[in-house]
Amino acid sequence: MSEASGMRTRPVARVLQYAAVLGYLVFLAFPLLWLISSSLKSPREFAAITPTLLPKNVDFSNYTNALEEQGLVRSLGNSLQISILTTILVLIVALPVSYALARFRSRLRPITNGWILVSQVFPVILIVIPLFMILRPLHLTNTIPGVVLVYLVWSLPFALWMLQGYVAAVPRELEEAAAVDGASRIRTIVAIVMPLLRPGLIATAMFTFISAWNEFFFALVLLQDPELKTLPLVLARFVGAEGQVQFGPLAAASVLATVPSLVFFAFLQRRLTSGLLSGAVKG
Amino acid sequence: MSQATVARPKQNREAIFLFLPALLPVLLLSVYPLIRGIALGFTNARAGLRVDTDFIGFGNFGKLLHNELFWDSFRIGVIWTLSVTILQFVAALGLALLLNTDLKFRGVARTLALIPWAMPPVVVAIMWRLLLHPTNGPVNKVLQDLHLTDHPINFLGDFSTALPAVIVVGIWVGMPMTTVTLLAGLQGIDRSLYEAAAVDGASAWRQFWYITLPQLKTVIVAITSLDLIWNFNSFGLVYVLTAGGPGGKTMLPMLFAYNEAFRYGNFGMAAAMGDVMVVVIIVFLAFYLRNRLRSQA
Repeated sequence: MSEASGMRTRPVARVLQYAAVLGYLVFLAFPLLWLISSSLKSPREFAAITPTLLPKNVDFSNYTNALEEQGLVRSLGNSLQISILTTILVLIVALPVSYALARFRSRLRPITNGWILVSQVFPVILIVIPLFMILRPLHLTNTIPGVVLVYLVWSLPFALWMLQGYVAAVPRELEEAAAVDGASRIRTIVAIVMPLLRPGLIATAMFTFISAWNEFFFALVLLQDPELKTLPLVLARFVGAEGQVQFGPLAAASVLATVPSLVFFAFLQRRLTSGLLSGAVKG
Repeated sequence: MSQATVARPKQNREAIFLFLPALLPVLLLSVYPLIRGIALGFTNARAGLRVDTDFIGFGNFGKLLHNELFWDSFRIGVIWTLSVTILQFVAALGLALLLNTDLKFRGVARTLALIPWAMPPVVVAIMWRLLLHPTNGPVNKVLQDLHLTDHPINFLGDFSTALPAVIVVGIWVGMPMTTVTLLAGLQGIDRSLYEAAAVDGASAWRQFWYITLPQLKTVIVAITSLDLIWNFNSFGLVYVLTAGGPGGKTMLPMLFAYNEAFRYGNFGMAAAMGDVMVVVIIVFLAFYLRNRLRSQA
């Protein structure tokens, strides 16, 4: 990279820059390192008054203990089920809408963008009470389909925001050629736009999965049945019962809960920095 | 069939067709609850299946006016929102500027800097409780080793330290997204502007002040507005960190309203609090955006 200003950076300034980056990274990455290290410590080492950065002996008993907890394994299954169902539904619903948003100058565009904005501004407390009242007569409170429907609607704004940009980047000429050949709009979308949209669909899917996997508030209100609780709910309950709380297994379970999001983020990170959000900023 | 020749009514019809699958769930589970939620603030709705609900006008708001705990919670909410948003912005801008230079390992640094974003808020809260633990948390250990304190500090349990500690965690969580957005903005700035300024002998500081900041303006306004909204409405992180304690010192408005609704069953009152929150956010944003946009002209 030929950077005019970089050439003239003095060595002292350079050292300071590296020190600053290091400081940032310690702040941002050390907490997770500590969590992982804690999860690998034996109970005795965990309680030590002088904590050490790395465990003296790597001990996986916290993980086996955590996985022996019935509630935890079940909640892992619930979270997985909810996140996958939400992701599939969001993709099915968001694709045609974002296509229409990117391609047509219809009146629905300002309305949708208005809704996206409003849905960000309103505190969820306003929404969750009526939601609760709507889902109850439909027998959808305390059910996985109920939560999935709520997640579908509340993941849509971000999914639409992302996908719109990807659709806009697909060259129009390809579709026009198909239209000349007599293909219907739906066929054009499925046969031509969708394959070209694969990176966008994958990125949107990962984001939706992560947001459903991490979600806490709606699940807290809508799921009372212990059999149906999601992973964040079970983890939060562990903390609530302080005093007897077993921090070792809790740390292990927390690491397990972080793995899926972290893996997806590793895949997404290049796209994140190359301006995933620039569309949001320009719009 | 090129875009220009398609008549508008036809486009509208086709668009509606493509919107159909989204329409029912969005209307039923987003638009309707929003309107119903606003209206609920003007009723005395309570939890429970067979409870009569009456319209009581501004009754809830009148009561809120005299509820000191509610005012306290709003004050805490505003301190939290402004501190997190501003400090997060300053920290993120610094990191974004560093990542936009030609430093080695900046790819690795960029990836590592995203970690907080990827973690579930509940896990973040659990992790920070471990870090800030008074007896065997590393933060206290380091502070004592450096002789900055002679006794362990119960960061999340002490009246004076709870809110600042929670704010630090809030900054930690929100930094990656703000950094990435600012970095994308920085990468979009035309290099030739800097070259021209360098020819004129402008210092790095002047380049930052007269080129970088003005060029970044739209991005800055967009991301700080979003951060303001998200921080003011934040719930899960602090709920697990402190549950609003100790003694209500970290009782954000969302936590207060949550307790009102789901602990005490006062749906109407909780919705009224939500209404007040909406008004506060809108007034705040209107003020902020108007000032920003005016100074641009």
